[in-house]
Amino acid sequence: MSRRVVVFDYGSGNVRSAVRALERVGAQVTLTADAHLALGADGLFVPGVGNFHACLAGLRSADGTRIIEVRLAGGRPVLGVCVGMQALFEGSTEPSGHLEPGLGQWPGMIERLRAPVVPHMGWSPVRVGQGTRLFVGVEHERFYFVHSYAARTWTLKPHGPFTRVAPVVTWSEHGEPFVAAVENGPLCATQFHPEKSGDAGAHLLENWVSSL
Amino acid sequence: MNVAIRVIACLDVDAGRVVKGVNFENLRDAGDPVELATAYDAQGVDELTFLDVTASSGDRETTYDVVRRTAEQVFIPLTVGGGVRAVDDVDRLLRAGADKVGVNTAALARPELISDIADRFGAQVLVLSADVRRRRDEHGRATSDFVMTTHGGRVAVDLDAIDWCARAQALGAGEILLNSMDADGTKDGFDLELIAAVRAAVSIPVIASGGAGRVEHFAPAVRAGADAVLAASVFHFGDLTVAQVKAAMRAEGIEVR
Repeated sequence: MSRRVVVFDYGSGNVRSAVRALERVGAQVTLTADAHLALGADGLFVPGVGNFHACLAGLRSADGTRIIEVRLAGGRPVLGVCVGMQALFEGSTEPSGHLEPGLGQWPGMIERLRAPVVPHMGWSPVRVGQGTRLFVGVEHERFYFVHSYAARTWTLKPHGPFTRVAPVVTWSEHGEPFVAAVENGPLCATQFHPEKSGDAGAHLLENWVSSL
Repeated sequence: MNVAIRVIACLDVDAGRVVKGVNFENLRDAGDPVELATAYDAQGVDELTFLDVTASSGDRETTYDVVRRTAEQVFIPLTVGGGVRAVDDVDRLLRAGADKVGVNTAALARPELISDIADRFGAQVLVLSADVRRRRDEHGRATSDFVMTTHGGRVAVDLDAIDWCARAQALGAGEILLNSMDADGTKDGFDLELIAAVRAAVSIPVIASGGAGRVEHFAPAVRAGADAVLAASVFHFGDLTVAQVKAAMRAEGIEVR
């Protein structure tokens, strides 16, 4: 039976590509900000382009914080992409007129990339974390990135009994290493755009959809 | 582990059909944009650019339709430029399925358009398209003085092209599509001096455009500082394939996808 995925439509840029890319890998996709549908779907895809603070304000006004928290509390999968990934951290140093904290699912700040040419725009390889499920079959492919800010560090390092369920962190580089993807139980995220990463991106989305 | 140098195919679209003429005059019909986009995707192109050259505003609906149909079939980045005059035009193109939007003449007349777009949608959606020409001396010889032009290179604007690119970055442009109007259509190679001058003035990605004719033209543009290379006619008419261009760059030690 085909998996129901909601692409969370809170007013962020080009979401048609995400809808079509998920449909292409067999998901039954609804583009909506309806809380009932977003809570009930097998998977929630959280897009995000542009300014961190504008995205967070949009997410909040669509009740995205609560929807994501309720889903995660019930172990229901969420996939954040680009600023949709950045939103899951504590905050961003991206300049803005007001202070807008992130959703704080993961510790750490989103900071500007230190590289000779920014934005990082184009196809980069990734160093896939051990135990990945998202990247199975596309470990050696390039993915399409377009961003100026990123998680330059990863500080969540579980110990004791939690090491068994430690997040799988995948890295890429642009001038310096940054977090390209995280797989943390029901919560996954990619800094790159799988919906714009051709066949490699489709394969990754298929891995996600088939895990739902 | 570097970002690959992008190879971009540019399609000039007039009322829903692909056209490309030498020096932007004498346009020739070269097919259906959606079909061509799909073919380029299969060839391994890294990105697509549609330049909307539709003259009449009544035909612009056709452009949105072409963008929509392309975005539904092709899962690589798509930039759409041409005729973008206001923030609302950007909104409509992004909603139709464009990832980036090219701004050209309108920004020359009203530079704050760049910051208006960047503030609302982020710098990464905004490609500043610069049609640049070398100033001629009194004997008609090309100098190393680069000026901005409009109307497909026919009208010179009294504005230094290098300064303009730097200013566009400061205003919030996320990338520069650098089109040499002197080299465009000649198939004699990119204007390397122009690429190097803009590269030295900005820290956002630079796309080299204009003059590609042979596979060996691309690597020098990258060495001059281009982050991406763009071509149109040589691809449309089958003179070169994307794979040949990438193979030639790879042989020169350049990272490609």
